[in-house]
Amino acid sequence: MRRSAYIAAAIFALVALVPLAGEMYWLRLGTIMLMYSILAMSWNFIGGMAGYPSFASAAFFGLGAYAGAVSQKLAMPMVLAWGIAGLASLLFAALLGLALLRLRGHYFAIASLVVAEVLRELVNSATDLTGGGMGLNLPVPRMASVQAQAVFFYYAMLILAAVTLAAMILTTHSKLGFGLRCIKQNESAADMLGVNTTFYKVSGFMLSGVFVGFAGAIYASWVHYIEPPDVFDVLYSIKPVVMVLLGGLGSVFGPLLGAGLYLSLEELVWRRFLEVHTGVLGLLIVLLVVFLPRGLIALRRAPGAAQEKPLSRVKA
Amino acid sequence: MSELLELNGVSRRFGGLRALHNITLSIPQGEIVGVIGPNGAGKTTLVNVVTGVHPASAGSIRFAGRDITRVRPWQAARLGIARTFQVVQPFPEMTVMENVAAAAMFAGSAGYGEEANERALEDLEFVGLGKSVDKPADSLTLAMRKRLELAKSLAMRPKLLLLDEVNAGLNATEVEHALDLIRAISARGVTVLIIEHLMKVVLTLCTRIVVLHHGELIAAGDPAQIINDPRVVQAYLGRRYAKAEPA
Amino acid sequence: MLYLQILANGLMLGGLYACIGAGFSLVWGVLNVINILHGSFIVLGGYLAFYAYSVAGIHPFFSLLIAAPVFFALGYIVQSGLVNRMIGAPVLLTLTLTFGLDLMLSNGMLAAFTADFKKVSLDPPLGAVLAGPVVLPVDRLIAMVLALALVGLLYLTLSRSRIGRAIVAVRMDREAAALMGVRVKTVYAITFGLGALMAGVSGPLLAMIFPISPLSGSAYLSKAFVVCVLGGLGSVPGALVGGLALGLAESFGSLWLGPEHATTLSFVLLILILLVRPEGLLGRKGYA
Repeated sequence: MRRSAYIAAAIFALVALVPLAGEMYWLRLGTIMLMYSILAMSWNFIGGMAGYPSFASAAFFGLGAYAGAVSQKLAMPMVLAWGIAGLASLLFAALLGLALLRLRGHYFAIASLVVAEVLRELVNSATDLTGGGMGLNLPVPRMASVQAQAVFFYYAMLILAAVTLAAMILTTHSKLGFGLRCIKQNESAADMLGVNTTFYKVSGFMLSGVFVGFAGAIYASWVHYIEPPDVFDVLYSIKPVVMVLLGGLGSVFGPLLGAGLYLSLEELVWRRFLEVHTGVLGLLIVLLVVFLPRGLIALRRAPGAAQEKPLSRVKA
Repeated sequence: MSELLELNGVSRRFGGLRALHNITLSIPQGEIVGVIGPNGAGKTTLVNVVTGVHPASAGSIRFAGRDITRVRPWQAARLGIARTFQVVQPFPEMTVMENVAAAAMFAGSAGYGEEANERALEDLEFVGLGKSVDKPADSLTLAMRKRLELAKSLAMRPKLLLLDEVNAGLNATEVEHALDLIRAISARGVTVLIIEHLMKVVLTLCTRIVVLHHGELIAAGDPAQIINDPRVVQAYLGRRYAKAEPA
Repeated sequence: MLYLQILANGLMLGGLYACIGAGFSLVWGVLNVINILHGSFIVLGGYLAFYAYSVAGIHPFFSLLIAAPVFFALGYIVQSGLVNRMIGAPVLLTLTLTFGLDLMLSNGMLAAFTADFKKVSLDPPLGAVLAGPVVLPVDRLIAMVLALALVGLLYLTLSRSRIGRAIVAVRMDREAAALMGVRVKTVYAITFGLGALMAGVSGPLLAMIFPISPLSGSAYLSKAFVVCVLGGLGSVPGALVGGLALGLAESFGSLWLGPEHATTLSFVLLILILLVRPEGLLGRKGYA
C-alpha cells in the first residue's frame, strides 16, 4: 500500500501544477480528464472489484448534477450544494443497491442502465423543480476572472479525484476490498465463509455512486446550465467502463491510466472528425474487447501469472 | 455431553419434491457422526438447511442452544458452522494463502492482514499444503483442493464441521490421509458430521451413524447396530437381502 | 368504448413488439448475449424499406422478402466473425462489444442517412377500417398480422425444422447438445442470424407506422428488453405474451399518464418485474 500511496502522491503533485501553464484549453481538458478519472475509479469499486457490471454511472452523475443544481437554485452556497449532492447519491446508491444487487449478470447490467432513463424522465417531468426539458440555469459563482474560475473548478475536480483515489487505495488494502474480491471470485463460497455479501456489495455500490454524484454537482456548477439528456447521457455509463477496460480491470491505477489514454486519444484524433466520432469510439471498444480484454496492464504481465498480489507478499 | 446441534421436525420442500421430511436428530458435542443413505436421500440438503443455504420449510434447528432456523449462510459461518462442498469451491484466481486467510478473517474473527495470514499458514501446514501457499487455487490437483477446503474450514475455527463427500474422487492413499486429518481435527475438539458413501470410512471413523432415505431418517445409532438394521439393508440393497440377513 | 379502442391499439402495437422481441429473446436465451445491435438492425431494416419504396417503388411488404436474407447474412457474419470469440466471456465484455458495434453502425447510419426522421408514406394511403366503434388503421392492422405471422414462422422453425430443434437443444444444455453431435458454433451463428433477420424484417413494418431515424434504435432496443423480461428468455411464446403485454401496458399507460410517459412506464415495469421475478413472467431460472 505504501508504494501505491507514493505513486498517487507523485501523480497528484504533477497534476496540481498544470494550472501554472495558464492556458484555458489545458485547464478545460484537465478538468474533464479529472472528472472522467473519478467516474472510472468509482466504477471500479463495483465493476472491477466486486464483478457486478454496473451501468449506473449516468444515473448517479445526473442525480448529483440536479441535486447540486437545485440546491444552488434554492440559494444554498455552492460547496454545500455539492455536499448535498454527494449525500443524495450515497443514499440513492444504498437504496438502489439493496434493490438491484440481488440480480446477477445481464439483468443487473440492464436494470442499472435503465435506472438512468427512469431518472431522466422523472427529472424531465418535475418541471417546477428542475426546469424539465428546458434545462436549469445555475447561478454563476462570483470570481476574479474567467481564468480564476477555470482554475477553481480544476482544483475542485482535482481534490475530488484525489479523495476518490485515496478511497480506492484504502479499500483495495482493506477487509472491504478483500471481501469484494472474494465475492467476485465465487459469491456463494464467500457467503459460506462468513462474508455478509449484501452488506459488502451495497457498500461497494455506495462507493461507486458517491464520488460520481459529487462530480456531477461540480460539473453542473462549472457549466452553469444542465438539461436531462445532457447529464443523464448513457455515455456517462459507457465511457468509464471502456476506460477501465482499457487500463486494466481490478487494478488500482488502471482506471486512471485508461481515462487518461482514452481522453487523450479522443482529443487528438476524434475532435477533428466530429462526424465519425462515435463510430471510432465503437471501433476502439470492439478492438479492445476482442484483443485486450484485460486491458493494457495485462501487457505488462506474463500470461498465467496471478493477477493480484498475494496477501503473503503485501505489507499492510 | 451437551447437544451441539438439534434438529426438530425439520422438513424441506422444493415445490412438490419433499427433500427432507420430519427430521429429528441431535448431534452431541465431540462426536464424529456419519450421514449415509442412497443417492437422492437428502444428505446434502440436510447440510444446506443447517447452514442456511435453503431455509427449512418446517421445523426448527438449534445450534449450541441458539435457534438458527432462519440464519443466512454467513451468519451460520460466524456462529461456528463450517462446511465443505462436494464439488470444491475455492476462489480460483486467488492464492492458496488468500483463500484460507479469507476464511480466517470473515468467519474466524482473525484480523485483516498479519493475524489472518499467520493463522492461514498454521492451518495450511496442518493439512499439508504448507509448500503451496502462493500458488493460485485453480492450479491445484483435486486431492490438494480437498485439503484446501479443509484448511479453509479449520481457519474458521468452527465448533461444527460438515463434510460433504470429502473423499469423492480420491484414491485409496489419499483417502487414508484424509481420514487421519479428520481424526486430528476431531481430536482438537471439533464436532464432525460427515456425509459419506464409502462404508469402510464410515465404519472406522464414526462414533455414530445416521441413515437417510427418501428424505426421512430411517435409523440412527452406533455402527454395529446400523449395519445390521434391516431397514438400512433394505434401503441400500432391497427387501430380499434384508429378509435373508440374519438379525 | 374508449377502452375497446385502447385495447385494439395495444394489441396492434403488441404484435409489433412481439416481433421485435422474439429475435432478441432468442439470441439472449441461446447465446447468452445481449445484442445491443438489435435496435440498430431494426432501424436499418426500416431504411432499407424506405429507400426501396422511394427509389424503386417496392412496397414495404415486399421489402420484407429482401430484408430477411440480407439481415440473416449480416447477423451470421457478425456472429461468426466477432461475437463467437466472446462466447463464455463475462457479461461485461459481451455487452460492451455489442455496444461498440452498435455505436459503429448507428454512426454509419447517421453519416449516410442524416438524423432527419423518415417515414414510409404509402401512396395512396391505406386508410382505416371500422370494426364497430373501433378504428383500425389498415397499415397497423396489416403490420400486426404480418408481425404475428413472422413470429409464428419463427416458432414453427424452432419446433419443426432440424436446425430449430438444434437451436432449442443448445439453449437447454449446450454441452449435452454438443455431445449429441450438434455443431454449437454453427448453431450460434444461425441463431444470431435469425435474430438479425427478425430485427431486419420488423424494420419495414415499423417504418410504415412510425418515423425512423438512426437515433431511434435505442428506443426499440428498450422495448425488446422489456418484452424479454416480461416473457422470459429464449421462448417465442414468451415473446408473444411479453409483446402483447407491453403493447397493452403502453396503450393504457398513454391513456392514463400521457404518451410521453409510456416509455418510462415500461421501464418501471421492467425494474419491478426484475425485482420480483428475475427470470421474467414466463421464464425459466437459468441464464442469469
